[in-house]
Amino acid sequence: MNARLLPYILILPVTLFLCLFFLYPFLLVAKQAFNNGSGFTLENFQEVVGYWKFPISLKNTLLLAAAVVPVQLALALLMATMVNKMQKGRDLILYVWTIPLGISDLAAGIIWLAIFEQSGFLNSMMSGLGMIDRPMNFLSYQHPGIVFLAIALAEIWRATAIMLVILVAGIGLIPKEYYEAAEVFGASPWKRFWRITLPLLRPSLQTALVLRVILAFEIFAVVAALGGTLFPVLMGETYAYQFDLLNSGAAAAMALIILAISIGFTLIILRALRVPKGAQI
Amino acid sequence: MKFKTKLAGAVSGIAIFVSAGVAQAETLFWSTQAKPVEEAQAMREQVLAGQDVDYQPNDGGPWLTRLNAELQAGSGTIGVLGALHGDFSAMNPDDLVDLGDLGVGSASATFNELAKLGTDSAQYIPWMQASYIMAANKKALEHLPEGADINALTYDQLIAWAGNVQAATGDAKFGFPAGPKGLKHRFFQGYLYPSYTNGVVRTFASDEAVTAWEKMRELWAVTNPASTNFSFLQEQLLSEDVWIAFDHTSRLAQAFNERPDDFVAFPAPAGPTGRGFMPVIAGVAIPRTAPDMDAAKAVVQHLLKPETQIATLRATNFFPVVDVALPDDLPPAVQAAGDAVAKMSASADANPGLLPAGLGDKGGDFNRVFVDAFERIVLAGQDIRAVLDDQKTRLQAIMDETGAPCWAPDAPSDGACPVE
Repeated sequence: MNARLLPYILILPVTLFLCLFFLYPFLLVAKQAFNNGSGFTLENFQEVVGYWKFPISLKNTLLLAAAVVPVQLALALLMATMVNKMQKGRDLILYVWTIPLGISDLAAGIIWLAIFEQSGFLNSMMSGLGMIDRPMNFLSYQHPGIVFLAIALAEIWRATAIMLVILVAGIGLIPKEYYEAAEVFGASPWKRFWRITLPLLRPSLQTALVLRVILAFEIFAVVAALGGTLFPVLMGETYAYQFDLLNSGAAAAMALIILAISIGFTLIILRALRVPKGAQI
Repeated sequence: MKFKTKLAGAVSGIAIFVSAGVAQAETLFWSTQAKPVEEAQAMREQVLAGQDVDYQPNDGGPWLTRLNAELQAGSGTIGVLGALHGDFSAMNPDDLVDLGDLGVGSASATFNELAKLGTDSAQYIPWMQASYIMAANKKALEHLPEGADINALTYDQLIAWAGNVQAATGDAKFGFPAGPKGLKHRFFQGYLYPSYTNGVVRTFASDEAVTAWEKMRELWAVTNPASTNFSFLQEQLLSEDVWIAFDHTSRLAQAFNERPDDFVAFPAPAGPTGRGFMPVIAGVAIPRTAPDMDAAKAVVQHLLKPETQIATLRATNFFPVVDVALPDDLPPAVQAAGDAVAKMSASADANPGLLPAGLGDKGGDFNRVFVDAFERIVLAGQDIRAVLDDQKTRLQAIMDETGAPCWAPDAPSDGACPVE
């Protein structure tokens, strides 16, 4: 076997798979979005952007990402450094923390619905403690703030682990010598985190943030379970176009808009967290 | 080793062949109805017992996706389709086999006419029917307003009643299916609009419609605010978050079946132009790609037999479409709902509407006009007149695009139904 060809042969199956099941459908979707049966058109985009709910769902999606991702980043960093310092029980803690990853997002939404519902756990607990006389309606159109908070909480609970896993792996890659040298020069733990861990973690932070931000723009099931129709998001509107209105062209256009936003943010993150050539480990 | 591999290959080959053979012999019944596990199981074990049928219910989206894939491929495995009138009317009639010569049909000429989907021949056969009714916890009955008859309520009395319940318990206990999967649009199209404007499309933005939406706002003020998460009111009736509810009969059935003594069913309320109400029709059809036409037709004929229709009623809480004498030992939900529907259609001020017809695949857009009006007027509190005038242009565009003529209770039209 030719050693120069081997890597290409090894990635060939994956490449073929991606071309067949990702690239090709993507091209079909793009064609659907820009085509109305008689040729090139922007009608689908005009239709979805002109709909009165579009600005609301765009705003909701962005707001949610802006609220959830930074909290998750901070939490994941904290949890990753904690795990790293542990001598015993590290694996057990990691397993427990990553349990939410194994739960589908709709199931996660339903779990939190069971908490926030009118006859849910939170209400039973509060009335058990004598804090309220009768069950309150948290998830109603009168309390958009609480609906937002509930969705954000569920998302933080559900998807922080994916960043955690990446960051834990990244921290493990940082050579111990840097920390030893820093200790010799008397750097405080805080300073070591700030000057060594964070800068050297940049490639992992990049991956984690890109992955998480893309997922944040695709949020759907948790919102559907907790917000019902109260909290329209881009992905929910896409679903409605495809399955309620049977308008594949408009759904394809929405999908491309979400893709464009995702690519935009990915580029920003890649640029902001880039590692200069000379500084790579 | 080599022999073993060969043997394994041969065995798996035979296994695939055999399973393919089995799948060939059964007719695949691809349905959007009777989805809950218990209903699907009852369909298999009671309704289709003894038939060589594989009953597979699914959500509307996946249902349509697979059907369209088979139609596009020009060959398929689906033998019989079960779906709502709206699902069929969104399809191209050419994709469905003409069933006019099958010799079966509904007892209702209106239903049979609807099933032609604008062609000359039946494209689907009406299979079962249901409607929307009201249900209440018996605890709510003592709060009925003075002089109100529960079987002849008006919208004003309903609002007053829900208000009394709220005053007495401190909670708004009227429940409305405004959740993501809720059927709220049918309430506006088949109940509120006919009761206040004696129309749906023509009268969409009329002054009477403004009154109707004002009433809707009054009703919403005494409605459980969590209603925007409710899609199957039986759940809230059973949890007692809701005492009075409006919903589809099969979405209330569980409440009656679990605690028959705690709930009552009664007709929808009446407005100035009568007691508007609307039927739900499910039908069976055969796609042009069905692998075995004769077997599929035999299944359709089996489903329309009187005894099958009664078995279907027990399984799904959907009522027969053919003339049958109903037995006495039906489940409580069926008795309660049947009674309420009968009272509703027999009431002196009955104003029955029809399902939207002729909208083709614009049925979803048509529903969205009403749902958007609700979200903007009632939830967002926007000005009624402004919202209706704005939504009206969308409605007119849908009617013009599809050319759908008016349906009852709107007065008939030449060509596309106009929004006046």
